[in-house]
Formats: sequence, C-alpha cells, structure tokens
Amino acid sequence: MNLTLKVWRQKNPSDKGGFKDYTLSGISSDMSFLEMLDVLNEDLSEKGDDPVHFDHDCREGICGMCSLYINGQPHGPTQTTTCQLHMRSFKDGDTITIEPWRASSFPIIKDLVVDRSSFDRIIQSGGYVSVNTGGVPDANEIPIPKIIADEAFDSATCIGCGACVAACKNASAMLFVSAKISQLALLPQGKVEKRGRAEKMVAQMDDEGFGACTNTGACSAECPKGIDLSNIARMNREYFAASLSTEEH
Amino acid sequence: MSWVSKTLNSTLGKKLIMALTGIFLILFLVVHLAGNLQLILPDDGKSFNVYAETMASNPLIRIVSILNFGFILLHAVYAAILTRHNKKSRPIGYAVSKASENSSWSSRSMGILGTLILIFLLVHLRGFWYELKFGEVPIVTYDGVSYKDTFAIVSAAYQNIFYVIFYVVSMGVLAFHLAHGFSSAFQTLGINHKKYTPFIKKLGLAFAIIVPALFALIPIIMFIQGS
Ligand code: HEM
Ligand code: SF4
Ligand code: FES
Repeated sequence: MNLTLKVWRQKNPSDKGGFKDYTLSGISSDMSFLEMLDVLNEDLSEKGDDPVHFDHDCREGICGMCSLYINGQPHGPTQTTTCQLHMRSFKDGDTITIEPWRASSFPIIKDLVVDRSSFDRIIQSGGYVSVNTGGVPDANEIPIPKIIADEAFDSATCIGCGACVAACKNASAMLFVSAKISQLALLPQGKVEKRGRAEKMVAQMDDEGFGACTNTGACSAECPKGIDLSNIARMNREYFAASLSTEEH
Repeated sequence: MSWVSKTLNSTLGKKLIMALTGIFLILFLVVHLAGNLQLILPDDGKSFNVYAETMASNPLIRIVSILNFGFILLHAVYAAILTRHNKKSRPIGYAVSKASENSSWSSRSMGILGTLILIFLLVHLRGFWYELKFGEVPIVTYDGVSYKDTFAIVSAAYQNIFYVIFYVVSMGVLAFHLAHGFSSAFQTLGINHKKYTPFIKKLGLAFAIIVPALFALIPIIMFIQGS
C-alpha cells in the first residue's frame, strides 16, 4: 500500500506545533497501525530526522498506553485500540491524519504523546479498597449474583486509555471515572467505601479540569472496551446519594 | 463551602440542575399545549378565552408561572456555564473529526438549539405575555361576564405569514432539543436500566415529534382559517 500521512509534530509542550506530510510505500495490509508508524520512524531515523513520538507498550490491546486520533476518530475507524488496528482498515492511496488526544487535562508532551497522569491522580483519590482483602476466598464463600459479577467485570475491563476523553466534545472523563467507581461499588469488598469514593473521585476529576457530560454517548461508541453508559448513570446515583447521606459537610 | 453548594457546583451537580429544570419545562410544555389546543376549537375562541382568564386569576397558576420563568432562566444560565466549562476542557479541536460516527447531531448541538429556543421564547413572550399584561386587550362578553379577548390577539398574530413560519421553524428546533434532551435527563438523574431505558428513549422520541408538531399545527390552522 502507498499512503500519505499528515502527522501532528510538536517539539515540546510550549511549541505551537503543526501538521507534517509524509509519504510511505510498500506498507503491508497485515501490519498493525503502530508497525506502519515504526516503518515511518525507521525512514526518518535513517535520514537523521527526529522520529515521530507516540505512546505504546503491550501492543496487544490490554495496557491502554497507545492513543492517536486517526482520521477523526480515537484509535481510528474500528472500535479497538490503535495497536490492534490493522492497515487492512485502510485503502491504497489513502491520506491518514494523525492527531494527539485533545484535552486541556491531557497536555501534549511531544508530537503525539500526551500526559495522562490526570487519570492516575483520579485513581489515587479513591479508586482503591483501603484494607487488605486477603488472599483469594473460596468460591461462593461470598455470594455474588452472576449479573453483578459480570457487570463489575465489564466495568473493570477499562484500560484507562483516554479514548473516551478524546472522543467527547467536552473532553469529559465521565466514562473512565464511572467505570472505576462501578467496578468497586458493585462488589462486596469495594461497596463499604463506595460513597466517599464517588465524592473524592468526582472532586478530583473536576479539579483536573475535565468537561461535564452531555450524554452524547460518543465515549462509549469509541471505547475500545465498549464500556457502557449505564456506568455513568451509576456514578451519578452514587455521587448524589453520597452527597445526601455522608455525614461530612 | 456547604455540602449543597459543593454538590451543585460539581460538573455532576450542574447537570442535575439542567435535568431537573429540563424535566419541569417538559411538563410545562404538556400543560401549555393542552391550553393552546383550545385555540382551534370551533367556538370562536370562547373556551380559550375562559381558560386564559381562569389561568391568569388562579394564584397557584401564578406561582407556577413565576417558577417557570425562574427555571427557564436557570436552565439557560447553567447551559451557558456548562458550555463555557466544556469549551475550556477542549480548547483546541481536531483538524479532522468524524463525530457523526459516534453521536447524534442533536446531542452535539444542544447549546445552539437551546439558544434558538431562547430567542423564540423572547419573541413569544413579547408578542403574547407582554401584550396581554401591558398592552390594550379587547374585551368580549359571554353570558354577561366579560373576558379579555386573548383569542383575538393570538389570531391576529397568526395572520402574519412570517410569524407563522418563525413559529413552525422554532418548533422544529424544539423537536431536536427534546429528541436528545428527554432521555438525556433520565440518564443524568441516574436512571439507566436495561428494562426501562429503551422505553424512555422511544417515549422521548415520540414526545419530541408529537408535542412540537401539535404546537406548530395551531398557527398553521389559524392562518388558513383567517385567510
Ligand atoms: C421549553 C424549553 C426547553 C426544554 C423543554 C428543555 C429541555 C432540556 C432537557 C430535558 C435537557 C436535558 C438535560 C440533561 O441532559 O440532563 C436539556 C439540555 C440542554 N438545554 Fe434545554 N430545554 C429548553 C430550553 C432551553 C434553552 C432556552 C436553552 C439555552 C439557552 C437550553 C439549553 C440547553 C443545553 C445547552 C442543554 C445541554 C446541556 C449539557 O448537557 O451540556 N435549553 N434541555
Ligand atoms: S472507558 Fe474506555 S475509552 Fe475510556 S479510558 Fe476506559 S477503556 Fe479507554
Ligand atoms: S499498546 Fe497496550 S493497548 Fe495498545
């Protein structure tokens, strides 16, 4: 395949940045999107140019490190991570525009790499169980209905990639935060602290400057793990209930 | 900060205010429509005039109408606050965006749709509410009791084709606002359930089509009757 890439290049956080065009030839449709970028970077390195910086780690769709806004969609045209996106999703002769996640809470570090530590700070504010829950309990020692277990598991599949923020017109982090609140609120070990957790995590999310939710559903439609909007409704319930019932004021 | 203002100042709390005021406005639309439909009863405006007079003199209705003004204002002010906040969260947009792949147009256009509704409301209030309250209103007499001839004011306004067109277009705008807003309010309140959400979505869509369509039908019928 022959391709034209329009890639966002930005030297450092304060640089204005801009698009740069590159042409690539001989790309196999079996390559992953990141392998295609590896080819580009090899070309650039051989020429002595600065390679394009982009985030990646596991390259198997489980770590949440890869990002990229590809042709107007986070992680490109298929609902998966960029590392699991393959060049067969594109046609020979295509022009592909690659941009970084855009959100004031995800400042650009360099080129396509953004700083997602705001997510880490939200988790640190309450996305954990404070007491040691011990080893693996015997199966069925704590009865948990299958539907609840499944729902908690679905919420727990969030890999913290930030595609929800990137897709949302408000750069809202509701889908991520609600998945993290839900996975713990649904299970006995996490339930104990669910009220305070909802309050603390929402407060941190707001402090980080993420947008509000207009319920457009763009986040869920673009989420590589298909995290459901019902998580956001649960977060709203938990937060309002917490605010009405906790004794701190 | 007290816990109430802390909650209402959070992004979730601001949306709670949008949802609660929005639901109130939805209920108001139903009552308002029921009243307006009397305009097209074939009795030269008698039932409408009697209804309008009863509403205007009922103290409970007066309280609700003040609340209604307050809630419209609150809804519009919080719309502005949220829109500003959301713009600050995404100061730089994308060069290429395929938003239509992941969300509906109306859900992405609530701000502009709401602003158009606000403009309509101002024109609407100037033309009817202000006119009735402070303008010269003719008097009619039914069975020896005199009433303000509200019907005459309305039917005179609907002889202006531009006003009719403006009204009909505005109801189209309202339809799109409700097409997203109705079900969105439930989600904001935390109501999302596999059993009920599909029904709420269908109900919202039906409401968004039927209610504005009936509102729009009234000036069309009155225009045709008058010409
Ligand atoms: C009869 C008039 C109106 C009705 C029935 C109505 C109803 C609603 C409802 C039910 C929602 C959904 C709330 C939620 O998502 O929780 C909503 C959202 C919204 N409304 Fe209205 N509205 C009306 C007028 C207006 C006006 C006059 C404005 C603006 C000046 C406005 C601006 C907005 C905006 C911007 C949103 C989306 C807020 C967000 O989610 O970010 N609306 N409306
Ligand atoms: S909710 Fe989905 S899109 Fe958002 S961070 Fe988690 S996995 Fe990524
Ligand atoms: S690199 Fe780990 S999910 Fe893509």
